[in-house]
Amino acid sequence: MAMNIKDIYKGLDIPADIFRDKVVKSIYAHAEETAKDVIIRENKRVDWDKKLDDFLTSPLTGFPVMLLLLGIIFWLTIAGANVPSGILSDLFFGIEDKLSALVLNAGLPAWFHGLFIQGAYRTLAWVVSVMLPPMAIFFPLFTLLEDLGYLPRVAFNLDRVFKACGTHGKQVLTMCMGFGCNAAGVISCRIIDSPREKLIAVLTNNFVPCNGRFPTLIAIAMIFMGGALVLEKSTMLATIAVIGMILIGITATLLVSLFLSKTLLRGIPSTFTLEIPPFRKPQVGKVIVRSIFDRTIFVLFRAMTVAAPAGIIIWLAANVYVGNTSILAAAAAFLDPFARAIGLDGFILMAFILGLPANEIVLPILIMAYLSTGAMVELDSIEEMGNLFLNHGWTWLTALCTMLFSLLHYPCGTTLLTIAKETKSIKWTLTAFLLPTTVAVLVCFCVAQTVRILGLV
Amino acid sequence: MKMFEIQPGEYARVRSLEAEGNIRRRLLDLGLVPGTLVQNIRRSPLGDPTLYAIRGAMIALRKEEAGLVNVDKEER
Repeated sequence: MAMNIKDIYKGLDIPADIFRDKVVKSIYAHAEETAKDVIIRENKRVDWDKKLDDFLTSPLTGFPVMLLLLGIIFWLTIAGANVPSGILSDLFFGIEDKLSALVLNAGLPAWFHGLFIQGAYRTLAWVVSVMLPPMAIFFPLFTLLEDLGYLPRVAFNLDRVFKACGTHGKQVLTMCMGFGCNAAGVISCRIIDSPREKLIAVLTNNFVPCNGRFPTLIAIAMIFMGGALVLEKSTMLATIAVIGMILIGITATLLVSLFLSKTLLRGIPSTFTLEIPPFRKPQVGKVIVRSIFDRTIFVLFRAMTVAAPAGIIIWLAANVYVGNTSILAAAAAFLDPFARAIGLDGFILMAFILGLPANEIVLPILIMAYLSTGAMVELDSIEEMGNLFLNHGWTWLTALCTMLFSLLHYPCGTTLLTIAKETKSIKWTLTAFLLPTTVAVLVCFCVAQTVRILGLV
Repeated sequence: MKMFEIQPGEYARVRSLEAEGNIRRRLLDLGLVPGTLVQNIRRSPLGDPTLYAIRGAMIALRKEEAGLVNVDKEER
């Protein structure tokens, strides 16, 4: 067939583009004929698609509905994850007690108990009980919206904003994927054809909080913004705080995209074509399979493989003493002055540094670090976590800066590896590390200093 | 007139493309060959891009791309 067309073209003696136009036109004419013969259109039924689109993409309701849907998803996630998280941690720490008794009774040395039970097992238990419930709620809900066909509508609604920042509307879709996992978000940037806009989407994907960071954001929001210490109205306020963080993340994405397209990645926006698929009735079975097996289990497993060795290393750092102080305390003390300047403390900053392999383990590291320096308490509820933080001098400013730093700082190790693979460039991978980190430090510094100068804390 | 000038709900028929190279190929691939009927379905809440019905599919195009397509308005 290819041979034939070439022969025909040689015989015609016309410019290539005109020939191509003719070929495409005749293909479409042929397809039209065929379609007319075999497709029967039902015209009479009510056009639900149009009615739904009138609602989802109209100037009046488009944006409120978007925010509302986002709000509902996070509210359900936060409200729904609370109880199963508690049950899971009760279960795991019950098992820990039994394991401890078993190990100690068997006459195994204390370091073995520390390394594997207090280190590896406890970190694992934390990661699973804190992460699994929100993921098991968030991913299916999100996949439901995806299956329904809502996400391309979001890109349609927001494209103008992205165009103003010199980027592609499809970046919204890569950001949506980033909510699940930034590494997945970076891979999804392949849907953007233009190399310039693709690179911008890759470099800024990290400003969308991934599932590894949601539990951190949610837990801190529950304690300090929602006042889990007060407990009333906490989920509602925590939801608002988390949505606020997401909006800050989206703002950061847009501003940094704009900055990039004016400086490092100058250029004009490339072509934009986006197909808006018809709405589909979500296939519940498919949604569950895709969200639970492909996403939840996948992300959880990845977190667990990182958490266990990280737990061992942290236990070692907290229990190996050089002189009078543990390695952990010494490192935290070293980092403390800088960390204080950006509203954190040495332990928090160190937790972020040690959490490079996976954001999920930042909070467990922090808790373990705090516990190893203070009195040993059973941490089986969010209130006790709050008390632990308060005992270590946290204020609402510490909480806010920790959330901001978590939102804006460098991407996790997996995401960085993915960026290296996708861009095949050390320079851009380094940029992907340094750019967000600079933003995080600057923002936290400004917030912390402003609040302190104004004497608000 | 240009394709982006058709108002929501209105129809038009493609006359010619002013694009070259890759953009031209992309537009042709969408089915925007001369003689094709297109309808402006709606504009994005922010005014751009615009959603068009092209051969049974719904395609969103920015003003820049839709400005490369010459059309004749058609009353229906």
